[in-house]
Amino acid sequence: MNRNSTILFVLLSVATLLLFVVDLAVGSVAIPLADVWHGLRGGGGDATAPVELIVRNFRLPKAVMALLAGASLSTVGLQMQTLFRNPLAGPYVLGVSSGASLGVSIMLLGLPLMGVSVANPLVQSIGVAGAAWIGAAAIMVVVMAVTARIKNIMTVLILGMMFGSAASALVEVMQYLSPEGALKSYVVWTMGSLGGVTLSQLKIVVPIIAVGLLLSVLLIKPLNILLLGENYARTMGLNIKRTRFMVTLTTVMLAGTITAYCGPIGFIGLAVPHIARMLFREADHKVLVPATMLTGTTVMLLCDILSALPGNDLTLPINTVSALVGIPVVVIVIFRNRKTMM
Amino acid sequence: MAENTERIYTIELHDVTLGYGERVLMADANVGFGWGELTALIGRNGTGKSTLLRTIAALARPQSGVITIQGDNVSELSMREVASRISFVSTDDVRVQNLHVWDVVALGRAPYTNWVGRLREEDRAKVQEALALVGMSAFAEASMESLSDGERQRVMIARALAQDTPIILLDEPTAFLDLPNKYEVCLLLRRLAHEQGKCILFSTHDLSIALELCDTIAMIEGGEFHYGTAEMLIESGAMQRIFERTQIEFDREKGNVRLKR
Repeated sequence: MNRNSTILFVLLSVATLLLFVVDLAVGSVAIPLADVWHGLRGGGGDATAPVELIVRNFRLPKAVMALLAGASLSTVGLQMQTLFRNPLAGPYVLGVSSGASLGVSIMLLGLPLMGVSVANPLVQSIGVAGAAWIGAAAIMVVVMAVTARIKNIMTVLILGMMFGSAASALVEVMQYLSPEGALKSYVVWTMGSLGGVTLSQLKIVVPIIAVGLLLSVLLIKPLNILLLGENYARTMGLNIKRTRFMVTLTTVMLAGTITAYCGPIGFIGLAVPHIARMLFREADHKVLVPATMLTGTTVMLLCDILSALPGNDLTLPINTVSALVGIPVVVIVIFRNRKTMM
Repeated sequence: MAENTERIYTIELHDVTLGYGERVLMADANVGFGWGELTALIGRNGTGKSTLLRTIAALARPQSGVITIQGDNVSELSMREVASRISFVSTDDVRVQNLHVWDVVALGRAPYTNWVGRLREEDRAKVQEALALVGMSAFAEASMESLSDGERQRVMIARALAQDTPIILLDEPTAFLDLPNKYEVCLLLRRLAHEQGKCILFSTHDLSIALELCDTIAMIEGGEFHYGTAEMLIESGAMQRIFERTQIEFDREKGNVRLKR
């Protein structure tokens, strides 16, 4: 690794740390940094003080979720771009997020329609995650099957969008048929929010994401080999089937889990790997994987802070902010990559 | 052939038939390729040159017959074992943003490096050596996008050299190159075969270069496999058959093609 990369890693780590603290401070109630610190330490003596409650029970889980979502979605985007040899691949674009949404909507809308009701909130929460995983995995399997036959990357992208639209259409049918109560819980979920996660849910999410991120570290060498294409990869002894399976597994664990708990968040997975490439000027995944994770945490925290900027009680949906931040990057990529696709 | 009895074979085809479904591309081929020989694989479009190369590299399976490398059946070896014996230069264009020449050549060490692909001293030495052999040492830090077609082809050959295999297969390495570059690449392959003792087999449409520079010629024509020195194929009349039903013919004296009169 060269000196530039080392400097960039330090800068991004510092930026993530600073933004994390700022993210704890901003929101519907602005909390001075000193109070954030006291709230975190809990040393104020008064455990029920509102500041401490807000920081510990709401701001902290939200900021942690921003870290996890940023790192997860970006890493998945990087893996998909290399595996599918497509600079415009990402969990949102290829329909994985829609697949997860479809799974969740079957859980939240379809089951009540069939007369099954889940009362226990923890069971419901785990059910939502499981449904998202199954939905994400189903779309991944279909996309893989298509790319095995069709090599044209634009065709694959268009098909990914079609899967996404089909999934959305199915969701709309269920929404149309659903009673108000079930509909409300689903609509709240689709708004996409990093703040909807409770401390107890975080205890499920953190280990899953940690395992997913560790698996993606194991994928560094296979992804490097895949840069040359599948023919080269196989003649260099790479087990393509196992690599595909590993990428699917990490995608489901990372993108599926984040989508289950935060709703669909677009363009982070697509845009962040490109920001990392522009910053680090590297193609080696030994650099790109950690670079993408750190860039992802930085960008996601920034998005979360921006979403709270309107002040008062207004908070923009995170999906809106991530689109506003991500789309310009995507446009730059399309113009730059007309010749070299990736 | 008496002169061939002492050859040690690397790749051997035993009754190999290639094809897709009902369509047979090449039937019952038997041949052995030797060490330190440069062999050109010629034949018209769609005769199965790529398929043969891919089948030898275990990327595809023969319809029937057995291919052995150094005595072992290819389809019974793991891809990892094949990777330590055969390196392959495909027609895939490698142009990845920010991908440097050194990185590409270093990937040739992938079968020998650890889980994260860390290069040891000996790996670095092999990469340096490979770059020097193809004359691209000065370009180690260059990005793949910035290279010309000829330079990029040299880098892909260096990657195959870094893989350190006794056999190198190349699918149309001279396509899209201008004439000087075609000669340069073929001369490079010839030097590698003769000086490094490698068995090199490449498919090509550049007949005159193949006849001029290669030790042996393999040819697929009309579903049949022919193999021998250029003289042998010309003598037997096999070479002439490529041009049947065309407006050109093969000139036996000049070893070149001309318009039919």
